Amino acid sequence: MALNALEETALRDLDLARARTFRLTDHLGLIRGSSVVAVILLWEFFGRDVNPLFLSYPSAIARATVQLLAAGEFQRQALGSLQVYAVGLSAALALGIFLGLLMGRYRLAEYLLDPYVYALDATPRVALIPLLLLWFGLGASARIAVVFLSGIFPVLMNTFSGVRTVSADLVEVGRVYGAREGKIFTKIIIPASLPFIMAGIRLAVGRALIGIITAEMFAAVTGLGALLIRYSSALATDKFFVPVIFLSLLGVILSRAVEALERKMAPWKKTERAL
Amino acid sequence: MASTDEQIIAELGLRRERPWSIYDYPNLIRAASVLCFLSAWEIYGRRTDPLLLTYPTAVLSAALQLIGTGELPRQLMASLATLGVGFVLSVVLGVGLGLIMGRSRIAEAAFDPHMNALYATPQVALIPLLMMWLGLGFTIKAVIIFSFAFFPILINTASGVRNVGAAMVEVGRAYMASHRQILLKIIFPAALPFIMAGVRIAIGRAVVGMVVAELFTAITGLGAMLTLYGNLFETAKMFVVIIVFGLLGVALIRATQALENRMARWKETERATR
Amino acid sequence: MLEVRHLSKVFFEQNDPRKPGLVALYDVSFSVRKNEFVCLLGPSGCGKTTLIRIIAGLIAADKGEILVNGAPVREPGRDRCMVFQQFGLLPWRTALGNVEFGLEIEGVPREARQKVARRYLDLVGLNGFENYYPHQISGGMQQRVGIARALSKEPDILLMDEPFGAVDAQTREQLQEELLKIWAKTDTTVIFVTHSIDESVYLSDRVVVMQSRPGRIKEEVKVDLPRPRWEGDVKADPRFAQLRAEIRESLRT
Repeated sequence: MALNALEETALRDLDLARARTFRLTDHLGLIRGSSVVAVILLWEFFGRDVNPLFLSYPSAIARATVQLLAAGEFQRQALGSLQVYAVGLSAALALGIFLGLLMGRYRLAEYLLDPYVYALDATPRVALIPLLLLWFGLGASARIAVVFLSGIFPVLMNTFSGVRTVSADLVEVGRVYGAREGKIFTKIIIPASLPFIMAGIRLAVGRALIGIITAEMFAAVTGLGALLIRYSSALATDKFFVPVIFLSLLGVILSRAVEALERKMAPWKKTERAL
Repeated sequence: MASTDEQIIAELGLRRERPWSIYDYPNLIRAASVLCFLSAWEIYGRRTDPLLLTYPTAVLSAALQLIGTGELPRQLMASLATLGVGFVLSVVLGVGLGLIMGRSRIAEAAFDPHMNALYATPQVALIPLLMMWLGLGFTIKAVIIFSFAFFPILINTASGVRNVGAAMVEVGRAYMASHRQILLKIIFPAALPFIMAGVRIAIGRAVVGMVVAELFTAITGLGAMLTLYGNLFETAKMFVVIIVFGLLGVALIRATQALENRMARWKETERATR
Repeated sequence: MLEVRHLSKVFFEQNDPRKPGLVALYDVSFSVRKNEFVCLLGPSGCGKTTLIRIIAGLIAADKGEILVNGAPVREPGRDRCMVFQQFGLLPWRTALGNVEFGLEIEGVPREARQKVARRYLDLVGLNGFENYYPHQISGGMQQRVGIARALSKEPDILLMDEPFGAVDAQTREQLQEELLKIWAKTDTTVIFVTHSIDESVYLSDRVVVMQSRPGRIKEEVKVDLPRPRWEGDVKADPRFAQLRAEIRESLRT
């Protein structure tokens, strides 16, 4: 806010502007930046001294990145992983939202399905990986199944509780204005639970990513997870960090993207915290 | 109820009972659903290749066998021991560092970028590296469990502390409480619902960490049994282990929820991030 | 216009459907003329909200019937519309989108309904706030949106369930006056639920006083204050004080 003339005079009179001393809390960005730089420098400095079998260092990782990208192997495996991820996640989102809406709105569906949903939701999905590999083999379908199972429950549970928390008042508004079940579903229930659905999607995106990496690491045949295993058994620590960093960036980008979508699709509401 | 109400109902000739409705008995629907599923599985499963699919009664007898030989209880205890150590470690460090990061903007600025980067990294991806560093023993499992459970606690504690209203801190200052007292008597209790929400999320992730750690190190614990029987194509025994994981997950989440309700009775459950 | 005949409603316990919990309404009868402004007044638990919800068609009575223009009421219809105590705005829709809602459900094409919606937003004095979301405007303005939405359907009967119960005292007086002005411009019949004696006397032609356990009509008080009531100070009129005392007495005994 701009100061008016009287305030300007008062300020000059008090001579306060210059009196404010240096404070660390006024330079948080600087602290943040120097902290990052310091860690990278320390890592580079000490990392060079450590046996390269155990720890790499930033410049070696950068070199390995260039090398892997030039060879094209990394891109091919990443593409394979991403395709499986996209297929499994799309299926998980579609079915998760559908079942969540159904179970939230219709008690019969809820009672018929909730024993399985709760049981599977409580079971760590990673524990299913050996079984899924046994059933589906080492091809894409096992990994798709893992991604699907990792992603579906957060979406389903959040959609379900979103529908359940739609206030009865809003449904009543729809009825007063003559809306039938179909209209109530599309114009009241779905928009009202959208923030919850989006929160579920945000969770699912991360869980599915963990699912696919774990499955690929366990099967150790294709994909980024397999690269992790391959480089670590070859004791190529510098190369090992390339997929790790790629996956971190991917995780951040995906969850940022979902958050942006959330704000765009539900501008009327603060982001719903996920279950 | 006043007798006049009874008289009015009688006078109006209203039925005393609502007509029978299936929705008054949800557990009946659930039981029917589960029973249908189990029978279908039993019938279909018996006809299929036992290497691939098993059936409920086979799972049951496998469970009895694994309990009888003592293998299941032994491996369960081994799993729980690592889970306990890793989890306690993550609660202690997560709450401690979270309090510091929530209270001091300088500490937050210094740690925040690294914590976010580590949190964003899928922790599973680091397991091969940890295996190179720490071998295959007890330590690595505890460390993996720690790395899974630590961040939700840290982040929830920090944001809980940051959310403590300035007004509440001012109450403390008005009564001349020391820094220590403000931290212990105002900030910590006010942030407790957030912390507990973080703990609830962390326990689920800790179980995942435990399973992953045991799958990859494959020496002891329930996860190792899973790998072993997977390699032997003993599907029924795999199911036993998966069911134990499920029960363990339910029990632990219920327990933390109960703890959460007890410790933050004054507040509606705070939903947590992630 | 509206006739309520021997209406009774009993609520049963939620967790034991065999146990009657509350006789919400017992043998309630009254009628409302076209273009009349009637207030339902009573303490909490007297069944006034239940009554208006039955008239709206949201819940069914156990005994008795309601006729609107001679036809029995069973479900919500386009001859009646309700204004809610908590506004009932859809938080994901703008003010304009909320007012459009009723016509949208009826299948009116977008352009036509937006034109109507703008007209009614204008009528309640919200010109320029079309693109604001409910959380961005004050409670008083939110309820104006609620009123505009109900009016946009041009109902024969406007049902208002403590519509000004959730706004502050000053806004409330302002909204009362505006409601009277809008009502004067339209030929709507209004049924207005309130627990404020002043509000009921200031607004209505007739106050239906209700009592609880079981919910029933105590008496009807005709309000013979001159209209328009927003000119001059009606509340200082000795007749206003008289009516207020009469109703208060009726509520007490």
